[in-house]
Amino acid sequence: MYRYDAIDRAVLADRTAEFRDQVRRRLAGELTEDQFKPLRLMNGLYLQLHAYMLRVAVPYGSLNPVQMRALADIARRFDRGYGHFTTRTNIQFNWVKLDDAPDILDALAAVDLHAIQTSGNCIRNVTADPYAGAAADELEDPRVWCEAIRQWSSLHPEFSFLPRKFKIAVTASPHDRTAAKVHDIGLLLRRGRDGETGFEVIVGGGMGRTPYVGPTIRAYLPSDRLFSYLEAILRVYNRHGRRDNIYKARIKILVAALGAEAFAREVEAEWEKIGPEGDLPRAEIDRIGAAFTNPDFVADPASGDFEARRAAEPAFARFVRNNLKAHIRPGYGIVDISLKGIGETPGDISADQMDLVADLAERFGQGDIRSTHEQNLVLPHVRLEHVHEVWKALDAAGLATPNINLISDIIACPGLDYCALANARAICVAQDIARRFETPERAEAIGEFKIKISGCINACGHHHVGHIGILGVDKKGEEFYQLTLGGSGAEDAAVGKMLGPALPIDRVTDAVEAIVDAYLRERREGERFLDTLRRTGDAPFKEAVYAEAH
Amino acid sequence: MPKLIRSTGGVFEEVEDTFVAIEDEAADPGGDILVSFSRLKGGGEALAARSHGRLGVRLEPEDEIEDLEGRLAGVALVALAFPKFRDGRPFTAARLLRTRLGFKGEIRAVGDVLRDQAGFMVRCGFDAFVPADGATASSWAEAAGRHSHVYQRAADARAPAFVERQGE
Repeated sequence: MYRYDAIDRAVLADRTAEFRDQVRRRLAGELTEDQFKPLRLMNGLYLQLHAYMLRVAVPYGSLNPVQMRALADIARRFDRGYGHFTTRTNIQFNWVKLDDAPDILDALAAVDLHAIQTSGNCIRNVTADPYAGAAADELEDPRVWCEAIRQWSSLHPEFSFLPRKFKIAVTASPHDRTAAKVHDIGLLLRRGRDGETGFEVIVGGGMGRTPYVGPTIRAYLPSDRLFSYLEAILRVYNRHGRRDNIYKARIKILVAALGAEAFAREVEAEWEKIGPEGDLPRAEIDRIGAAFTNPDFVADPASGDFEARRAAEPAFARFVRNNLKAHIRPGYGIVDISLKGIGETPGDISADQMDLVADLAERFGQGDIRSTHEQNLVLPHVRLEHVHEVWKALDAAGLATPNINLISDIIACPGLDYCALANARAICVAQDIARRFETPERAEAIGEFKIKISGCINACGHHHVGHIGILGVDKKGEEFYQLTLGGSGAEDAAVGKMLGPALPIDRVTDAVEAIVDAYLRERREGERFLDTLRRTGDAPFKEAVYAEAH
Repeated sequence: MPKLIRSTGGVFEEVEDTFVAIEDEAADPGGDILVSFSRLKGGGEALAARSHGRLGVRLEPEDEIEDLEGRLAGVALVALAFPKFRDGRPFTAARLLRTRLGFKGEIRAVGDVLRDQAGFMVRCGFDAFVPADGATASSWAEAAGRHSHVYQRAADARAPAFVERQGE
């Protein structure tokens, strides 16, 4: 993992001191709330329905055990004993006091963590494949580029007041676990004809009110030219992105208005003017890259009684089937930790659970922890012979729900329980659906099934790319839910299509079940829900949901 | 009068503003004048040929900075307006004006200009500031000098972290 050097630490210390001064000026009345708001947002501090919320950056979803314990400590000292992992792989504390915020930032800085650029119209935390450095299907470790992007985008003098927020994803696997095509920029690592690596560059994807799957504006960008190219994209956007209407200010609107080809031409013209002067020297990429070479792997380790226990213990076998993924090295596995316990709040984790994950990562996982955009955690490097012990410990702490990618592995935004923007609750809808499909045999029989729930059109719950998307709307003061079908945030990215009229809250779970039952009737051998839907169209599902409604 | 803070060789001082903004239709009063971009475009030669007083031009965020190319002869000051401090376009304009158009004169931040952006402004090539938040030269200097390291190249001469690290 990358470790901060003296320069990284100094940047963080300076930034923390700056924010402490800004809070002091606010509390002393030298800054109005209007003036303070964008400053606190640049530091991840939101005013929610009931309290301030602090969003802490987890750069490219990567944490070490010391950092995880510090988060647990903050949850205990400054919050109500828990935190919430978000769809941007960050963690939020929902019950923070303004005058505690500088102390929390100091506690974070002590372990190289911060809340810089977790909000505001700037370049946000970069999304990486949570299996980076471990995935069997990976071309090269994308975290090297993520860390370089983290540095380049931190306190960028030219691009800190963009028309709107800006999100970049990097993936190096054919299976996209980052939702790259619905980011402002998606970078897909590719091998060029010359054997070197480069990026397919996708620009202008996004969700919110106007969802788009982003178009490719360059099929292959040599990786050593990445930063001049990013500068060109950001400059075109900073100059020409709309600033008159917050809902039309994302880069996707500019790309759609110009057309992908015309937008690409503008970027290429600007890129030519910048030249290699805008690139990062190879030596710096190599320096960062060296931090991600992992010396702790054992060649061909024994798998101990892994297979025997798998054969003998059905519950362990189920966990392995659903929560253990293929590692690039023999004898190792990737362990997914579900934060979607049945009836729990998606993404929530208690301080004690954080400590446990930190301990397990330290004892069995090379000190490496990842957060995923689907609001789960990952121990990316666990020896197969240790998986059983890890599972037992997780299970005892309520963290071994064997439901990764299954119907109860639901993404949900905080919704009306916390958020000032929400129209409807999202958490209780997720909990109700998860309870309906609680039986693990049934969930496994249904197979891969992604439900994503947003409490408003801003789409923090990614409903547009849910196999079933559920959007909360307000109808004359009552919570209604709009269902969409067929979305995907993976390599086959698609925006879901509206199924029919919005449903009252007490009909949502029934509707989901009706859709599932229709799928089980219609599906052919080997088909996921998405495959069946793409073959049959939405008629059978519309019929199933609305037939009785007249 | 709002105060003007100018940086010379990294030293921030409050200075007298000698430039007088004049309307597009108004007669040239002589002395140092600040005109709109359209007036500069319309009367460039006459303005450049003025014998007394210096010439400044004010650009709004929607003005294309490249349109200044070939018009900078005789221009001592370019004022870039921030209608709202959240409007980040002048950062790009200043950077390109310094690095691509090679402008050596004063680049002044005017409008909704807050000390919390001082560091970014200096890095993008601004060297004069009319703060809207009551900042003094010393509080401006403190804000501008807040960060001891930077990660990117910009329009200033500061060595980014990746260059500093090469020296290690």
